[in-house]
Amino acid sequence: MTTKMTATQKIFARHAGRDFVRAGELVTADVDLVLGNDITAPVAIGELRRAGGSVKYPDKVVLVLDHFVPAKDIKSAEQCKAVRDFAREYGIKHFYDAGRSGIEHALLPELGLIRPASLVVGADSHTCTYGALGCFSTGVGSTDMAAAMMSGKLWFKVPAAIKVTLRGALPRYVTGKDAVLALIGILGVDGATYKSLEFFGDVSSLSVEDRLTMCNMAVECGAKNAFFPVDAAAEDYLRSRGVTVSDDDRIAADEGAEYEREVVLDLSSLAPAVAFPHLPSNVRFLGKDDIGKIRIDQVVIGSCTNGRIGDMRAAAGVMKGHKVADGVRCIVIPATPEVYSACLDEGIIRIFTDAGAVVSTPTCGPCLGGYMGILAAGESAVATTNRNFVGRMGSTESKVYLASPYVAAASALTGYISAPWEV
Amino acid sequence: MTTGKVFKYGDNVNTDVIIPARYLNDASAENLRAHAMEDIDADFSKNVRKGDIVVGGNNFGSGSSREHAPLALKASGVSAVIAKSFARIFFRNAVNIGLLVLEMPEAADEIAENDILTLDDDKITDETTGKTYPLPPMDGYVKDILEKGGLMEAMR
Repeated sequence: MTTKMTATQKIFARHAGRDFVRAGELVTADVDLVLGNDITAPVAIGELRRAGGSVKYPDKVVLVLDHFVPAKDIKSAEQCKAVRDFAREYGIKHFYDAGRSGIEHALLPELGLIRPASLVVGADSHTCTYGALGCFSTGVGSTDMAAAMMSGKLWFKVPAAIKVTLRGALPRYVTGKDAVLALIGILGVDGATYKSLEFFGDVSSLSVEDRLTMCNMAVECGAKNAFFPVDAAAEDYLRSRGVTVSDDDRIAADEGAEYEREVVLDLSSLAPAVAFPHLPSNVRFLGKDDIGKIRIDQVVIGSCTNGRIGDMRAAAGVMKGHKVADGVRCIVIPATPEVYSACLDEGIIRIFTDAGAVVSTPTCGPCLGGYMGILAAGESAVATTNRNFVGRMGSTESKVYLASPYVAAASALTGYISAPWEV
Repeated sequence: MTTGKVFKYGDNVNTDVIIPARYLNDASAENLRAHAMEDIDADFSKNVRKGDIVVGGNNFGSGSSREHAPLALKASGVSAVIAKSFARIFFRNAVNIGLLVLEMPEAADEIAENDILTLDDDKITDETTGKTYPLPPMDGYVKDILEKGGLMEAMR
């Protein structure tokens, strides 16, 4: 039997106080960071209070009000208040409220809260984002969040893994979003269920933001987590956020570690991808597949997937000097206050408003059909978000097409799904 | 032993259709029960009775980590969810709140809408067809959580 471990297994071994763990076994592991938001934390807080528990390590808890914030209605306001009161009661310093909060998975790396080799759980399925920075991170539910807050530990089944080998570099107008949609198209929406996706090969050809986008959507093919090794670019990013990286923190899979399957993704041959309703795996490629002329009513540019400054720059680059097409609403949501401020400093907000787009404060809002851009029956949207399920952005009779910021911006200008080179 | 009627759905029943996000501003059992399965089966909350069983295809519970999804089924009186396969966060959440989830591909294929099932400790009987299905082996730790009624209870 092999004693070689994947990168993910190594992080589990370290957090379970073991030399070796194997795929399929159950371990209890120390948790370095526990995350919750205004939807999931109130349920966790209720569980913790019912159990008569308290918070063992307040400094390891991060509470971000981002989904329905600024509070969209009275019930949302009550949920925010429950989290706010809890944060005060337990002295949780990593509590982020409107004005300081942003979309959690964009905010945490920005604040330097994500460390390589750490183990992060969050009561939000897109917590898998942080694996881009060389850690283990995964989405859990509210009861798990409560248990992790109370004990500092959590039970896990050690995952088997899929090796994703990247080749080459992305062409112009092709992004990490297109790469991950292509990967989901290959694996299917449950092709990686319970497994790690570990990236190998030409990882350094991707920007750190592209890697965050790719890990963010790992859950859309069922993966438990995704992992990029820390390279020079990741280290620069981490250092710029105040995180020092020791040699010990640079986790890499053992030579000969076991992978159930290998997928080779040729980045240089990719084209802008669009995931058609109603599954993220329903992917077609602009310029390669004939998709016809698909009229749209709305565009959303933002979310934990694509709300970072690079995404804003990409969209603004396409929209500069142009107008949003008649009959189309374009909603732009910088993911964090820092991204918003950078957009102001760089004149990007002005490009959007001149084009006739709406610019919102940070919120998850329309991505999950919360508010700030809900679709009516019969309407279609191109969104840089992560899910296009039935009713995800509003009416069960509406449609969501997932794409990159380049494609979303181009589509906003033409009024139908368009490649950036068509503008 | 529990007996209930089957509500059958297809592949990729995601947590957005189990409990749409527009209702996530209120985690009360009444609110979740009232809107359970609303975007895939508008009459579910009207028709479901205590003990009834939800049967799905592949990747049941995919998408969002919202625990409100298994909570909505539990609040509706659902005694078990049987599927060909589950998305991992939903499976974990269901176990953690004490909702029985059973990965049984053959049963999920053969059991039909409106069949009457009897759930025993070791098997499921489809009273409509007369066929029985042994329950899959369950990891000891998971079994312990389910028997105690959830993770919080098991931690005590």
